Amino acid sequence: MQLLFEQLLNGLQLSLTLFLLAAGLTLVFGIMGVINLAHGSLYMVGAYAGALVASKVGGFWLAVPAALAAAAVVGVAMELLVVRRLYARDHLSQVLATFGLILFFNGIIAWGVGRAPLQMDMPTLLSGFVELAPGLPYPTYRLAVMAVGVVVALGLWYVIARTRLGMLIRAGSDKREMVSALGVDIAGLFTLVFGLGALLAGLAGVMVGPIRSVQIGMGEQVLITTFVVIVVGGIGSIRGAFVGALLIGMCDTLGRAYAPMLLKLWLSGPLADGLGASLASIMIYLVMAVALVLRPRGLFPAGG
Amino acid sequence: MMLSVQSIDAAYGDAQALFGLSLDIKAGEAVTLIGRNGMGKTTTIRAIMGLTPPRAGAIHFEGQRIDGLKPHEIARRGLGLVPEGRQIFVHLSVEENLVATAANRTKGATPWTLARIFNLFPRLAERRAQSAGTLSGGEQQMLAIGRALMTNPRLLILDEATEGLAPLIRQDIWNCLAALRAQGLSILIVDRNLDELMRLADRHNVVEKGRVVWSGTSQELAAERERIEQRIGV
Ligand SMILES: Nc1ncnc2c1ncn2[C@@H]1O[C@H](COP(=O)(O)OP(=O)(O)OP(=O)(O)O)[C@@H](O)[C@H]1O
Ligand SMILES: [Mg+2]
Repeated sequence: MQLLFEQLLNGLQLSLTLFLLAAGLTLVFGIMGVINLAHGSLYMVGAYAGALVASKVGGFWLAVPAALAAAAVVGVAMELLVVRRLYARDHLSQVLATFGLILFFNGIIAWGVGRAPLQMDMPTLLSGFVELAPGLPYPTYRLAVMAVGVVVALGLWYVIARTRLGMLIRAGSDKREMVSALGVDIAGLFTLVFGLGALLAGLAGVMVGPIRSVQIGMGEQVLITTFVVIVVGGIGSIRGAFVGALLIGMCDTLGRAYAPMLLKLWLSGPLADGLGASLASIMIYLVMAVALVLRPRGLFPAGG
Repeated sequence: MMLSVQSIDAAYGDAQALFGLSLDIKAGEAVTLIGRNGMGKTTTIRAIMGLTPPRAGAIHFEGQRIDGLKPHEIARRGLGLVPEGRQIFVHLSVEENLVATAANRTKGATPWTLARIFNLFPRLAERRAQSAGTLSGGEQQMLAIGRALMTNPRLLILDEATEGLAPLIRQDIWNCLAALRAQGLSILIVDRNLDELMRLADRHNVVEKGRVVWSGTSQELAAERERIEQRIGV
């Protein structure tokens, strides 16, 4: 029971981190029509900027704004220099170009920082445990990560649903030409949205820093899961990204925790462990397959 | 001169659609483009708005050259587009359609507000929270006009704004355009209804194969009506 509760919270925390990544990816894919494989690189940039500032300059609380700024600046530069040229191109060109960006960023970090993973210290303020119920301690830091995720989700919902920027984002997805003919700088709007997505990816990166090690390739792993999230949720939809992230984050966490255990009901120990581990690692793809059979355009198709 | 289009060429890829087309609009004037299908009326509007930038010639708006600018830069100088096919934002509500791109860059004395738009089109007021995709064709057309007005243009450009609408709604739109005209708004309009156009507008331009082949005042049009009706096929 206690384990289940803890796993549920872990799942929620993974879900909210995935949501931060999925929000930017789904907007860029849904509105601008660009498949940005390098979205994971922005996550990595955030994590590295955070880890480096935390260790070399001082402290987690400086690391967070530094990571946000680094990811946003790199994101805006990426849009202006590369992604902007891809809007009118086909998906193959986009995949090739943004895959090139992944190699570029991995190369830059290997050259500038080195291949050894970095560790990032947790802030002392958040390094303890909170007793959620008698005999049920849970790391404060993970709770804080969840709180940030929830606040960002609410903030994004507000921006998309209630502000003019959100209206333009929703309007621009199918009528770019019309939006520009009414006096809106679509190119600037895209840069802004891309920068916002980069900022959220950087936030996810720096928050994950103290939980996992900061290393080259961390972006690619999470990117694949993030794509699963937005495909399940419905490309272009923030709400879909949120629900998709919850579904995928929970399935992944619970699958890893319980698949071997459940299989042990029928199979012998080692066999159940092996099969359970494999099952857990493909769990999210099974979920995606089922979701796509039931809702081919995702749970919340944009504009639906 | 408010708008001066001087001998522009425009093309879609290899297919040239405008061949040295010229056109003038004075401040406060209402001017029409009439002609058969596929003669280049919409392309002229797209060229003015920078959506299909002209390949030759020049366009000036209030004395400044605007060809070569981006569509949003052109719109911001005070051109409001009501496009062919309405192109409203179907995923937004009626009210959102009106405010999403609203602006008062030209600093008019009495800027358009939601209240004024709803006054002009009471049907939109009743449906302000409704998704714009659920509106009837006529209501969508009103919304497209309202949306353009909310950018506070000095020149309103309408492409087939009464196309495919029921007669009563059509009349509403003509009345509304007459009211806008009376307020001093300059208008460039493409339509098929010569009677209404002659009532609304000062000057008319017949477009044929990407050129203006006849232009004249409403009286001149009335005098040559039969010949012109034949040319434009109404
Ligand atoms: N997107 C496009 N691509 C290629 N050719 C086009 C395109 N749009 C228009 N044309 C061509 O350009 C020419 C002028 O078309 P345009 O749409 O300007 O005519 P129009 O006078 O507005 O006609 P209508 O009364 O049918 O709206 C036509 O020959 C048309 O086939
Ligand atoms: Mg046309």
